[in-house]
Amino acid sequence: MSTVITPGKRGKRTGTAPPAASPVRTRRAGRRQQTLATVALLAPFTALLVAVFLVPVGYAIGLSFFSEDHDGLGFGGGETVFTGLRSYIAVLSDPSFLAGFGSVALYCVIFVPAVVIGALALALLLDSGLIRLRRTAQMLLYLPHAVPGIIAAVIWLYLYTPGLSPVIKLFAQADITIDFLGLHTVLPSIVNIALWSGLGYNMVIFYAALQALPREVLEAARIDGAGGVRTALLVKVPIIRSSVLMVCMFSLIAALQLFTEPMLMNQATPMVNSRFTLNMYIYDAAFRRNNYGLASAASVILLIVTCALSYAVTRWAGRRDRSAR
Amino acid sequence: MTTTTTPGRIATSRLTSRTVVNAVVLIATLYTLLPALWLLFASTKNADALFGSDIFSLSDFSFAQNLSDLFAMDGGLYGEWYLNSLLYAVVGALVGSLISVSAGYAFDKYEFRHKEKLFGLVLTGVMVPQTVLALPLYLVASGIGLVNTFWAVFIPVLFNPFGVYLARILSSGYVPNEVLEASRVDGAGELQTYIRVSLRMLGPGFVTVFLFQLTAIWNNFFLPMVMLSDQHLYPLSLGLYTWNSSATVSPEYYPLVVIGSLLAVVPLIVTFVALQRYWKSGLTAGSVK
Repeated sequence: MSTVITPGKRGKRTGTAPPAASPVRTRRAGRRQQTLATVALLAPFTALLVAVFLVPVGYAIGLSFFSEDHDGLGFGGGETVFTGLRSYIAVLSDPSFLAGFGSVALYCVIFVPAVVIGALALALLLDSGLIRLRRTAQMLLYLPHAVPGIIAAVIWLYLYTPGLSPVIKLFAQADITIDFLGLHTVLPSIVNIALWSGLGYNMVIFYAALQALPREVLEAARIDGAGGVRTALLVKVPIIRSSVLMVCMFSLIAALQLFTEPMLMNQATPMVNSRFTLNMYIYDAAFRRNNYGLASAASVILLIVTCALSYAVTRWAGRRDRSAR
Repeated sequence: MTTTTTPGRIATSRLTSRTVVNAVVLIATLYTLLPALWLLFASTKNADALFGSDIFSLSDFSFAQNLSDLFAMDGGLYGEWYLNSLLYAVVGALVGSLISVSAGYAFDKYEFRHKEKLFGLVLTGVMVPQTVLALPLYLVASGIGLVNTFWAVFIPVLFNPFGVYLARILSSGYVPNEVLEASRVDGAGELQTYIRVSLRMLGPGFVTVFLFQLTAIWNNFFLPMVMLSDQHLYPLSLGLYTWNSSATVSPEYYPLVVIGSLLAVVPLIVTFVALQRYWKSGLTAGSVK
């Protein structure tokens, strides 16, 4: 047979098919099988991607341009009218939304550096080789990650509550009155909960990256006479910067979604109102004010801010990476 | 060349730095450990003692009483929440990671049209957190009448684009292409190869994705809060939240929230300790590009 076997794209496949069948036929059958397999393996995920990601986002965007005019008590189908950007204007000119934006921004500014620097410092300390009981320390630091966010919030809320809290009692014995839920302390108190939950988790990511560093590099730094601190800051940190950046980005994205902790605090202190963060504003608009147009517009704004920030961070990192080379 | 520093001084400075470093790490571990310990001790207190004297004393030990109160309160709702959480998290994470690993494997091993575009969509999904999607999902679910059902929480948690991303990396690391070729030469079908050979080689990767998803679903709060109004469908997180709001009015709920929280933490800690070598490999794979 003089069939010309063109080297297809999948050049890795060698022509060692069983001699009985014609190579062309096996090849074609093989390709069809591969297509089938690809479809079968990808279909469930693609279906989910469409059903719980693309459709909802599209629907929310659509809904944000409409408003439902309920007649009287809202019985029966209200009339849906196109309102254009009215919901967006309403959201962006709502002082409580802007206040929520402000508190989330402030929260990000405190939380992200705190968790990244804290976790990095702990990882470098664990990596320094000076720590006793390193594995135990690592396990204990990681422990809070196994505590669900709402439970972490419950624990800390009780530790912040006068009467329940041993911390406040301890301070009281030294005649210090401390109010964790006051006007200026409530945001740091929320940061502390998130820090408690995230510190060990991010530390493990950094530590894992540090463990993968080539030992020759560290050896060279030692021979050059660099001390422990200098090696850590000038050699180790730059090498694991992709991990640092990843943690920064995920912390930032997570921080923008702030909801669980303040939602719980809302039950305990008037300092956290029901529109304290962006997600709380969305929840409040949808389920307390029943204004889906407003809630959709706020969701879309949050979505855009989230995507824009993560895009900006990756772009900025990419450029820095290129200029560093 | 002679150094001017005497060996003695180096030894002392090393000793001080060792002490300082250990002290810092010790303080950090106390910071993470003490609140968890407080939960443990507080769970042994009844409502009066919780507000009373010394939390770390073991006087008036009422752990057993709290435990039976916990499962008796509101007609055994807590037990239902626990089972719901297990169902959402364990079954959801199993099915979800199978879906993600299959997709990640397909992205790694097969060529198809618009592959990288589709993968770009996956990466966008990684950047968009579940909470942003909660309200849009609610709107769609209410449109098709799925609100306040088991499926309203169960289906969205199956979607795990980070798992797909992770599985693609792990698949290229764990499953050599030669294995696929050898299997083809033997005449095995592609799916057969995936189930019998590749999935087995992907075992550790599967566990990693499973662990990530299990944690995420167990911690899930916003989505169930948006979707569910029937208390019998609540997961633990939402149930404990409602009990905590009741506690501000009727303080007998406080010890129940405390001990309920303690029990809710146990499954994840047990899983993490049992499978610890897997999540570490996953974390490294996720951070190294």
